[in-house]
Amino acid sequence: MTTTLYTSDHEWLAIDGDTATVGITDYAQQQLGDVVFVELPKVGRSLKKAEAAAVVESVKAASDVYAPVTGEVLEANEALAAEPALVNSDAQGAAWFFKIKMADKSELGSLMDEAAYKAHTA
Amino acid sequence: MPVPDDQKSLRQTPLHALHVSLGGKMVPFAGYDMPVQYPAGVLKEHLHTRAAAGLFDVSHMGQLALRPKSGKVEDAARALERLVPQDIVAIAPGRQRYAQFTNADGGILDDLMVANFGDRLFLVVNAACKEADEAHLRAHLADDCVIDSLADRALIALQGPKAEAALAKLCAEAPSMTFMDAGPHEVAGVKCFVSRSGYTGEDGFEISVPAADAERLTRTLLENPDVLPIGLGARDSLRLEAGLCLYGHDIDTATTPVEAALEWSVQKSRRSGGLRAGGFPGAEKILAHFDSGASRRRVGLRAEGRAPVREGAPLFADAAGGEPIGKVTSGGFGPSLNAPVAMGYVPTNLSALGTKLFAEVRGQRLPLAVAAMPFVKNTYKR
Repeated sequence: MTTTLYTSDHEWLAIDGDTATVGITDYAQQQLGDVVFVELPKVGRSLKKAEAAAVVESVKAASDVYAPVTGEVLEANEALAAEPALVNSDAQGAAWFFKIKMADKSELGSLMDEAAYKAHTA
Repeated sequence: MPVPDDQKSLRQTPLHALHVSLGGKMVPFAGYDMPVQYPAGVLKEHLHTRAAAGLFDVSHMGQLALRPKSGKVEDAARALERLVPQDIVAIAPGRQRYAQFTNADGGILDDLMVANFGDRLFLVVNAACKEADEAHLRAHLADDCVIDSLADRALIALQGPKAEAALAKLCAEAPSMTFMDAGPHEVAGVKCFVSRSGYTGEDGFEISVPAADAERLTRTLLENPDVLPIGLGARDSLRLEAGLCLYGHDIDTATTPVEAALEWSVQKSRRSGGLRAGGFPGAEKILAHFDSGASRRRVGLRAEGRAPVREGAPLFADAAGGEPIGKVTSGGFGPSLNAPVAMGYVPTNLSALGTKLFAEVRGQRLPLAVAAMPFVKNTYKR
């Protein structure tokens, strides 16, 4: 069974064993507005927690997406390159950004659950 | 919720309450609290303006009247020619022209619109420059003109292919105006100044309206289902696709009109050999640029990929190594082109259409080509 956790920078992580699927939250996509470009990390790249891992651009501006945990990129969602607007229509579903094999699951301790994230964005 | 200090000091246009009631996302811009977008979002607002009609609040911009002390508008025109490289005398009554205030170094202090209303000149200047512009006018033209700051007026832009039909319902003369016509007209019974111009590349109008009537007139225009309110976000993407300069970004005190590729805006009468050649600040340098060329030039840039190339990105001649040859001054995503668009300055020898260049974005060199502007064909009613 998967658990979804959140960062204060508005990324979500769906945890399944040692693998985390990472995306940006619905709140984040609303703040960004219409997404027109997504740059994803290369498969195999080692990411450190809090390192810039991906870029999401709206008409107005570019924003970094940070690695919420340390680990190695297992897969990137190439569908986003072809259809960046998926981020607006299904941010917490089909518009996942990348999957990462976590190096240190203790890092998850500092993340928020859904209730805490809701309070964070209220 | 407590209001932060920096928001307390922001000024509001006469349409501020309307923006808030329409769900506008308000941001600080040039000292004003302005809508960057409405709930439709930048992309839809942009595309709607090109497909139907968009309504923009540009009341933050400065509006000024120059009234000739002699009573003859030509005298005001001659006086203004001391500050701009344009032929102002030749602007016929009821017509408008694009101009720039230049400085002694040939740089641009601001860009503006100048209309001849028959008895006076009407000027529209940028919000961020308006106090400085007014002081500049008072310092140089006070002997010849009474300078009225029209701070009690709002300015509304109505832009897009359905702008004419929307305005015609409230102003019978609107359809007979052509691009750059300008003058006093009644709109919905209110005494306004109307010009057929704008900042989107689309046909459209700018309407100067007394502040007290601004909200009522705007609400009346918005009752038309073809007309949607448009924020500053789409205003920027529309003008970028139209290849139009944004003051402080694409032009500033360090760029001459020739470097900025604005030669078309300087009439022959003010150039070397013309009837009233020179006689404006920085004439020596600007005329030398006309006569011998400038070493750099503002160009349009199209990217090969999908990644937007934004303001400040350094430009390179090669895919690796070398020093920057220029930089991007405006850039982003063009919704009508569904592709990134940018403009920037490059050495004149690299400014030919089709020249391959590279922009550095997040450490990568992205391929670009020099491209013709406007990026989207303009639809002015000539």
